[in-house]
Amino acid sequence: MAEILLSLVVVIPLAASVILFLSAGRLSGFLIGAIACGAISLSAIFSAILAGLLHSQLSPSLHVFFWEWMRTADFSTGIGFTLDPLSLVMILIVTWVGLLIHLYATRYMAGDPGLARFFGCMTLFVASMLLLVLSSDLLCMFIGWEGVGLCSYLLIGFWYTEPANLAAARKAFIITRVGDAAMLCGLLLLATEASSLQVDTLLQTVTAAKISQSALTFSTLLILVGTLAKSAQLPFQSWLPDAMAGPTPTSALIHAATMVTAGIYLIARLHVLFTATPLVLTIMAVVGTLTLFLAACNALVQSDLKRILAWSTVSQLGYMFLALGTGLWQVALFHLMTHAFFKALLFLCAGAIITRVHHEQDIFRMGGLFRTMPGIALAFLAGATSLAGFPLLTAGFYSKELILSSVWNASFFLAPDLILSGHVFWVVALAGAFLTSLYISRCFLLVFMGKAKTHESGQTPLLMAIPLGCLSFLALFGGMMEMPDALAHVHLFTEMVDPAHALPSADEPLWLLLVGGGIPVLGALLAWIFWGQRNPVLHETSDEPAPPQTSQPVPILAACLLPLFRIPSWLGRYDFPARLSKGVSILINGMNTFALQFRACIFMNVSHQTLMTLRQGNLLMAYTQNGRVRWYAAWIAGGLCASLALAGLT
Amino acid sequence: MNALPALVCVPLAGASIIWLTDRLPATRRSGPWAITLMTLTLELLLLLWASFQGTSHQGPWLNHFSIPWVPPLGIVFRLDMDGLSLSMLWLTILLSLACVLLTTRHIRDSSGTFHALLLATISGTVGTFLATDLFLFFFFWELMLVPVFFLLCGWGHENRYRAAIKFFLFTQGSGLLMLLSILGLVIINFQETGILTFDYFVLANTPLSPLLSMLLMLGFFIPFAVKLPVVPVHVWLPDTHTQAPTAGSVILAGILLKTGGYGMIRFNLMLFPEAVERFAPYATLLGLIGILYGAWLACAQSDIKRLIAYSSISHLGFVMLGIFSVSPVGLQGAIIQMLAHGLSTGGLFIIAGAIQDRLHTRDIVTIGGLWESMPRLSSVGLFFAIASLGIPGLGNFAGEFLVLFATWSVSPFIAILATGGLILASVYSLKLVNGVFLAPSSSRAEPVSDFHAGQMSILGILMTLLVILGLYPQPIMTFSLPSPATITTSNSGKNAS
Repeated sequence: MAEILLSLVVVIPLAASVILFLSAGRLSGFLIGAIACGAISLSAIFSAILAGLLHSQLSPSLHVFFWEWMRTADFSTGIGFTLDPLSLVMILIVTWVGLLIHLYATRYMAGDPGLARFFGCMTLFVASMLLLVLSSDLLCMFIGWEGVGLCSYLLIGFWYTEPANLAAARKAFIITRVGDAAMLCGLLLLATEASSLQVDTLLQTVTAAKISQSALTFSTLLILVGTLAKSAQLPFQSWLPDAMAGPTPTSALIHAATMVTAGIYLIARLHVLFTATPLVLTIMAVVGTLTLFLAACNALVQSDLKRILAWSTVSQLGYMFLALGTGLWQVALFHLMTHAFFKALLFLCAGAIITRVHHEQDIFRMGGLFRTMPGIALAFLAGATSLAGFPLLTAGFYSKELILSSVWNASFFLAPDLILSGHVFWVVALAGAFLTSLYISRCFLLVFMGKAKTHESGQTPLLMAIPLGCLSFLALFGGMMEMPDALAHVHLFTEMVDPAHALPSADEPLWLLLVGGGIPVLGALLAWIFWGQRNPVLHETSDEPAPPQTSQPVPILAACLLPLFRIPSWLGRYDFPARLSKGVSILINGMNTFALQFRACIFMNVSHQTLMTLRQGNLLMAYTQNGRVRWYAAWIAGGLCASLALAGLT
Repeated sequence: MNALPALVCVPLAGASIIWLTDRLPATRRSGPWAITLMTLTLELLLLLWASFQGTSHQGPWLNHFSIPWVPPLGIVFRLDMDGLSLSMLWLTILLSLACVLLTTRHIRDSSGTFHALLLATISGTVGTFLATDLFLFFFFWELMLVPVFFLLCGWGHENRYRAAIKFFLFTQGSGLLMLLSILGLVIINFQETGILTFDYFVLANTPLSPLLSMLLMLGFFIPFAVKLPVVPVHVWLPDTHTQAPTAGSVILAGILLKTGGYGMIRFNLMLFPEAVERFAPYATLLGLIGILYGAWLACAQSDIKRLIAYSSISHLGFVMLGIFSVSPVGLQGAIIQMLAHGLSTGGLFIIAGAIQDRLHTRDIVTIGGLWESMPRLSSVGLFFAIASLGIPGLGNFAGEFLVLFATWSVSPFIAILATGGLILASVYSLKLVNGVFLAPSSSRAEPVSDFHAGQMSILGILMTLLVILGLYPQPIMTFSLPSPATITTSNSGKNAS
């Protein structure tokens, strides 16, 4: 029973996508939406039932094996599913958040000529994502891993008549593909060493220390590169902001809630491998920390609403990698869940706003929208406060607080006698939290407060409003299941995900909690000083950063605080990693041109020389056959003499 | 009764019937096409029969046929079939059926000759996959090439003569080396044992000095390398594929290139195992160069067919890598890769041909936005393109993974570099998809027609096969391993049917 349900969870969205692709535009818009939403909701209901079954059953996990994929003498891989608390949490997030986004999309995309293609890709994405999550074998997981990348490509380039969208789609696919290639190498190394890619077998092999340390380090490092590319971490960060070219539901589902977090899930699943390689954990933490800070700086200087959210996603994923780097994967998973709620909410709000204001995405051309769309504004506020981590009231607070406190207590391995204290990372993460609050408050104030700068029309339909309401609820209260010890002793989430290992209860000082809770409020206050007043201190347009207007005096307080904005915004504007990758791409291009020309030269030369030699030889031969009898006679005579001489001499 | 000689002869018979009826003035214009179709259907039935016919003898060889041909020289008309030949035959027949159904019907000028030549090529290929007498093998090898030359000359595109000459020089020149090698092997065997024979199984036991076996092995290797193609001798391929008529491209890329891989497995690996062992590092390196160089050049092309042709070089580099990893896993990977490449590249060439028929251009820059006017053609094209970039779950990935796995145990470094080929594969495949199927649509005067349901169902079969090959390759992996030359069919020669 449970086995059938488990396979149906994946098969139903897959079947829906096949139907939608094969229908080739023969179905009506309503039917298309109904099929897609129906499939996802069935999937969601089944996963909820499975959650109940798993909870009531004594066994902690459920295995289904379908068929053997490839088997050779010293390696075998099969297609099968495993459901354990970890994958259960993921499929619940994917199906339920996915369902809300699908509902929203039926209205958002209504009337688009490519509706069947859109929902076909979306359901295919959900199927691949579920396959990725449920696979019990890493190679089978890789099918889903590439499948979600493919769907992401198709959906970013959904409006294909715009060349920029296509470029963004291609960029996203190729950059993640670089990571996938690294990951494939990691899988090959693991497969050779452990002769299986079955997750359970791998974990046993590693705990029994049957794999050499160097092989393990290399393979985890390669897998890490794959996950970094998929999650748009440094140095692969540049594809995600461009990926916002896709329809907004896509951005919400793929580029915020699920696909980009696939790497986090994978590392959590393989956490035994990673804890055995402390150096890789440190690398992970460093990359995560750098990313969370730099991406927050980037978000601070964007003027496009969706790009702000995209950079914010990159930054929040950095938090998750930092949390994974401490070795506490449950913490990362908790943040993954709350992030899925509030970021999907923010994107859906953004989509609703953008349709209402006639496809204007520049926050500097919006303003005063609170009066005209209070419902959306409140939903956005719920998402924004949760993202910033406003204390007590929001889900984001609990998950971010958990990350901060575990980073404070962690220590990072560099070399046998060199251990890095977690306090350094904690400071940067705190700065990141401050910037997060600053940029999202800036966004909120510019869009919803101040003077109205744009015409707004229409109403948000009910089908779009309901998902916003549900997600707002989750973004606010979804984090209550895990609380710091200082507030209440609630650890529902970590106990559910990993009943065997409870989080180490650290006796953290209370001031840590206070600082963690206070920083977001501070950031919001600062944002209010800069942008919230009748005459904002900072006037920026999307085109150029204008200096503070000299006509009116800047308040002393604001002038003192200005560097808090200036320094990170300079960092964001300068965008060091992007320049680096641009340099690399210029270098590659140059090398490519040179090599092509070099090749052309050589080939031209060789073929030309061959031709010339042949032609010369031909002329020479022709010269002997000139049709003059006296020449022939002379040749005969000469040859005779020569052979006679040869015979006589020898 | 034995199906093997019929398999070889039926296409030849079909070709002669077409040639004869073509003389009659009263035949309908699509007559040759119909005869070709019937011949291939008959061939398909024969193949079905051959596949499910109970094997009469024990051992890995499934079927056997032999009658004396030129007794004084020991030349025998001998055909043997094992799992490898059978899977290659299935690829040949299915792909040529699809190709005939989809691309050759509209051929107007001297359709009879065209189809006769096509059938002759198919017959040669089938023979090549079955022959176990070296002389007979050489005969079929040549039979396969000559009609292609005329197909190119007669029905190719703008630059066909140059391409045809290039093709002919490369394949014929290298074929000569094989003939020399065969003769050398036979003469040495004659000197050692006093028996004059061209029999594959007898010659496999010829004692050879290391130097001689290396030389003879190279004599076989070079023509196969030209055919596969391997990088320094690949130059004929892009021109030939680009200039060939659609059916020619499909047959060339889908089937004829596989004879190179088949030959390497059947003759190099089985006849000269020690020499191959010594030569393997160089061959692996050549394979790696092929993967990267082919993919890199594919990225720089703007002609659809040329791009696909270079991508073939890259894919077949994996075949080379797999074969010369000298392990069962690599071999299985190479075979899966050959089958998957046949299907995916064959499909891509069909798409490219359909585009050329409709728009009269192959330039990626001028074509664009086909999705709007031809959603079916575009979605099929997208499917084959992502298959060729190696999405897991489709056939190419299974082959590439097995090859990489086998290579990893030989040299992780080479495997890592070969994985770089997968990145480049995504670059050129997406260039194709972005440039041709997506992109803003260019303004065209005449409306174009999309694939109809019949064509879609044929392509659907190819796509389904790719999915099956990708998700459940296990039966083919166990089934299609080549049978060793040391195990002959029982009492070879005596039980001539």
